[in-house]
Amino acid sequence: MDPKPSVRAKKPSAQQGGTAEPSRLMLVDKHIRNCGTDYQADPVDNIRINLSAVQRRVSTLGGRRTVKKQWQAAWLLKAISCIDLTSLAGDDTPGRIKRLCAKARNPVRKDILQALGATDLNLTTGAVCVYHEMIETAVAALEGSGVPVAAVSTGFPAGLSPLETRLREIELSVAAGAAEIDIVISRRHALTGNWQALYDEVKTYREACGEARLKTILATGELGSIANIARASMVCMMAGADYIKTSTGMEATNATLPVSLVMVRMIREYQALSGQRVGFKPAGGVSSAKAALSYLTLIKEELGDEWLDPYYFRFGASSLLGDIERQLEHHVTGHYAASNHHPLA
Amino acid sequence: MSDIEEIFHTMSYGPAPEQANAVETWLTQNQQGFGLFINGQWCAPLSSTETITSRNPATGAELGNIAVAGADDIDAAVAAADAAFPKWSGLPGHERAKYLYALARAVQKMSRFLAVLETLDNGKPIRETRDIDVPLVARHFYHHAGWAQLLSSELPDQEALGVVGQVIPWNFPILMLAWKIAPAIAAGNCVVLKPAEYTSLTALYFAELCQEVGLPPGVVNIVTGAGATGEHIVKHPGIAKVAFTGSTPVGKRIRQQTAGSGKKLTLELGGKSPFIVFEDADLDSAVEGLVDAIWFNQGQVCCAGSRLLVQEGIASRFIDKVKARLQNFRIGDPMDKTIDMGAIVDPIQRQRIDDLVKIGVEEGATLWQPSIEQPTEGCFYPPTLLMDVDTSNTVAREEVFGPVLAVMTFRTLNEAVALGNNIRFGLAASIWSENINRALEVSSQMKAGVVWVNCSNQFDAACGFGGFRESGFGREGGKEGLYEYLKQRPGKPVKAANVIAMPELATDMTAARPGPGIDQTAKHYIAGKQVRPDNGNSLMAIDSAGNYAGRVAEGSRKDIRDAVEAAAKAASWGTTTAHARAQILFFIAENLASRQAEFQQRLVDFTGATKKAAKIEFDATISRLFTYAAWADKFDGAVHTPPQRNVALAVNEPIGVMGIVCPDVMPLLSFVSVIAPALAMGNRLVVVPSQRFPLLATDFYQVLETSDVPGGTVNLVTGDRDALSKVLAEHHQVDCVWYHGTAAGSEMVENASASNVKRTWTDSGKTRDWLSPNQGEGRQFLREACQVKNIWLPYGDESSGPKAGY
Repeated sequence: MDPKPSVRAKKPSAQQGGTAEPSRLMLVDKHIRNCGTDYQADPVDNIRINLSAVQRRVSTLGGRRTVKKQWQAAWLLKAISCIDLTSLAGDDTPGRIKRLCAKARNPVRKDILQALGATDLNLTTGAVCVYHEMIETAVAALEGSGVPVAAVSTGFPAGLSPLETRLREIELSVAAGAAEIDIVISRRHALTGNWQALYDEVKTYREACGEARLKTILATGELGSIANIARASMVCMMAGADYIKTSTGMEATNATLPVSLVMVRMIREYQALSGQRVGFKPAGGVSSAKAALSYLTLIKEELGDEWLDPYYFRFGASSLLGDIERQLEHHVTGHYAASNHHPLA
Repeated sequence: MSDIEEIFHTMSYGPAPEQANAVETWLTQNQQGFGLFINGQWCAPLSSTETITSRNPATGAELGNIAVAGADDIDAAVAAADAAFPKWSGLPGHERAKYLYALARAVQKMSRFLAVLETLDNGKPIRETRDIDVPLVARHFYHHAGWAQLLSSELPDQEALGVVGQVIPWNFPILMLAWKIAPAIAAGNCVVLKPAEYTSLTALYFAELCQEVGLPPGVVNIVTGAGATGEHIVKHPGIAKVAFTGSTPVGKRIRQQTAGSGKKLTLELGGKSPFIVFEDADLDSAVEGLVDAIWFNQGQVCCAGSRLLVQEGIASRFIDKVKARLQNFRIGDPMDKTIDMGAIVDPIQRQRIDDLVKIGVEEGATLWQPSIEQPTEGCFYPPTLLMDVDTSNTVAREEVFGPVLAVMTFRTLNEAVALGNNIRFGLAASIWSENINRALEVSSQMKAGVVWVNCSNQFDAACGFGGFRESGFGREGGKEGLYEYLKQRPGKPVKAANVIAMPELATDMTAARPGPGIDQTAKHYIAGKQVRPDNGNSLMAIDSAGNYAGRVAEGSRKDIRDAVEAAAKAASWGTTTAHARAQILFFIAENLASRQAEFQQRLVDFTGATKKAAKIEFDATISRLFTYAAWADKFDGAVHTPPQRNVALAVNEPIGVMGIVCPDVMPLLSFVSVIAPALAMGNRLVVVPSQRFPLLATDFYQVLETSDVPGGTVNLVTGDRDALSKVLAEHHQVDCVWYHGTAAGSEMVENASASNVKRTWTDSGKTRDWLSPNQGEGRQFLREACQVKNIWLPYGDESSGPKAGY
């Protein structure tokens, strides 16, 4: 059998949105942070990525591994627990965000959870992800749920506002109650190979985050080459990123399995280099239950079971949950499900 | 905690079995035993009562009883194929294309059925049969439906052979069937095919598909049985060609059994292919490549990357990654969709693997196997690393045909190439580097029919597959594979023999002869030098009137040895530019032309040709040199476009050291007609000139000497044709022999060639019309003078957005 995660949950930390019942979703010590390393050129310069081989690995993985029946249902529940339920729209309002948070608290219909025998999981999504202005609303709406609020930051999605305001944005968001900060990197540093500048930038962001966990969005669809994606991943981790994240959701291409494979392999390299674990968040474009299972398989195979935990793995997604709910209903009833039978996020 | 909550925390994989209901029904329907498929009908063996039980290697369960065809059944099958041949080969290509298309569609419509049946019968994972084997089968029939359609316009000078006998192995049963049958019937041949005795079921089901699409009776005949049945096919006089995929020892035996029969032969045999990882490779991807290379189909793959060559500086890091990957490996029920490796085909094979691993360890290898669960029942073997393997270890030299990897290190590119090629086989190589210059340089130097750059075990119907050296000869797939099922339309048949008998010496040697001019001593020509024969003897040359014409060196084994040594060392000819070879061939023509009067007179004196005939022969000789000078930089390979995002470069490479035994007919023209194409393609030659008229060739070496032909590129050894041919055919450094002598000599050469599976091209004692452009020159000569290497080059670096490309 697969080994169980070695570290069980202690208690909810201050950075979470509430203090009520302990969540049973996160099994690892929530105080573990990536402290980063000094900037090291060799591990960055020596990166070699062969995209076609990466694509081949990804395209054959689905044939090598699959889960059926109760395994599939359990894995889908795990996927839900790893969702950063997200709304990043110009027309977001407090009402909209409250509805989103309600869904985060109760992502699956009670009758379905009962039928699955999964009520003891106290299932929630991994986090709710919003813009700065919506943080307070979200924190209030999630109070007592254990669901953290994540805020996109640093001039999301382009990251080209003044450094001073980018840093201030982080500080304000943390002050407003965000437990996680999703920053965007300056693509120009990656595109010009100025890795030291990227390192310095992310390190500054990390310091501004304080207790909040830092997720670095690489905007992989804009980095020009697969090796650049790998190098940017490594540099962000050296600079102290707690997560590396693929995309803002706004690029022409968002999360893909090949890009994800390259990034998680970099997480593995970084662990070998520094002994520290970093989380991974594919964002944008993961909208089906089937795709979610592919990602979980990828993580299990390439990083191991320790990463199959919302502390180290998240989906940045808005519509994924709906598809998973329908698959779970099908599992329970044997009938294919309709979306209007499930509460809207 | 409920089941689901438990799994939520462990995140374990559960069972994911493929359904086998439809296949089980079919097996039940055939419980009484399978027949033979002959002339479009199922029939019981005529006299044989023997049967073979087919078993599921994962469980040991019986699947069915296979008939064993006897010699009388093979007679019937060949007769049926022979009867079908005139009509089938005479159909317009479009009509044959329609049948192949229907077969492709039939395979697709029953793809899951075929995949399940194959997995039950063979033990390989359902993932592989479903995602690889069966889709490639459909692809093969599609691709060759296309060839049937285009044959008459694209290859108008080619025609079908007749009845083709095909014997296929158990490791890719239905895929090898497709590789054999699709090109054969596309080209207009009719087929008698024997599947392997362990794995006949998908072939028998394929016969049902042939019936379903209405394939004319006799075009495809499926006969089951073991080695003896295969031997009946191979030896059957009604067979025009034998195509075999299997082990090297059996391939050698088939070469011997078909020697002198005039049967065309292709052999796809064993391998010990290197998997080379340079320090600048994407190591994580190389690990997955290695999984595809040696743990695909439990390592029971002729082109398995069974020798890992890893650069020293990264070796330990790479091996750690491989071990980590294998700790995640899943071995088990091949019908489970969450399995990396299934069952070994048969307990006998498993025992063989185990024995070889033990020998490897006894000889110094360090064994490593992952600590993972393995089924306790059924025929399984874990993925195995044998490290610290030195070049003399049995597991570094012999094909294990199982999930066993021999690990070695290298320091430099040159050492990687040297170790990679330090093997009797030459089927495939896999090269991992992110430096395209390095990857292509190594690709060009690998002695292998298929080179995969940054990938491994990729196959496609459009790309030729087949070996160098003892991995066999012939290609399957692509245009290069289609030629194996075709022959040049003969044009005007020529009945005359190659060999002209030596007359009795007519003149009285004691009678007064014209006063001595300056004596001329014809020697061998070896390594760019005129050398005296090792045995110190010479043979008399006699002209057409029976007069003494001079003496030539009497070649012996040792002269052949020296000549082959010289040719082997003259490697620069194969790597010089095609333009340079063209220039030299033109220059030979120029220098020969300056001696026109002398050579024409020699033809008149030696052969008794009229002056007019001598001029015609001489002019044709100059023209022929021009032809191959022209071809030298134009017989291009191809860029295949398989469905993968990839270019596959099909490169025409020289075969290496060729022995060329020359005919007596038109001794100047025929001599040039056989050496010029071989030179044009970059081969180095050991030539045995016409025994009857050797002095024309010894005159010719002076032309070579003045034409910038590098020493050792052409070596001439005069003497007894068949004695010297035998030494050449048996010589392990000789890669190919062209023989133009007697029928008996052809048989002798083909028989002797088996010892290192060298290619041969013999004319069964028949001469060609050397003046005819159809018979005397052309692409056929060039194809026989080269071997196709397919270099797979996947590409891509931008991970997002739509892709333009090939």
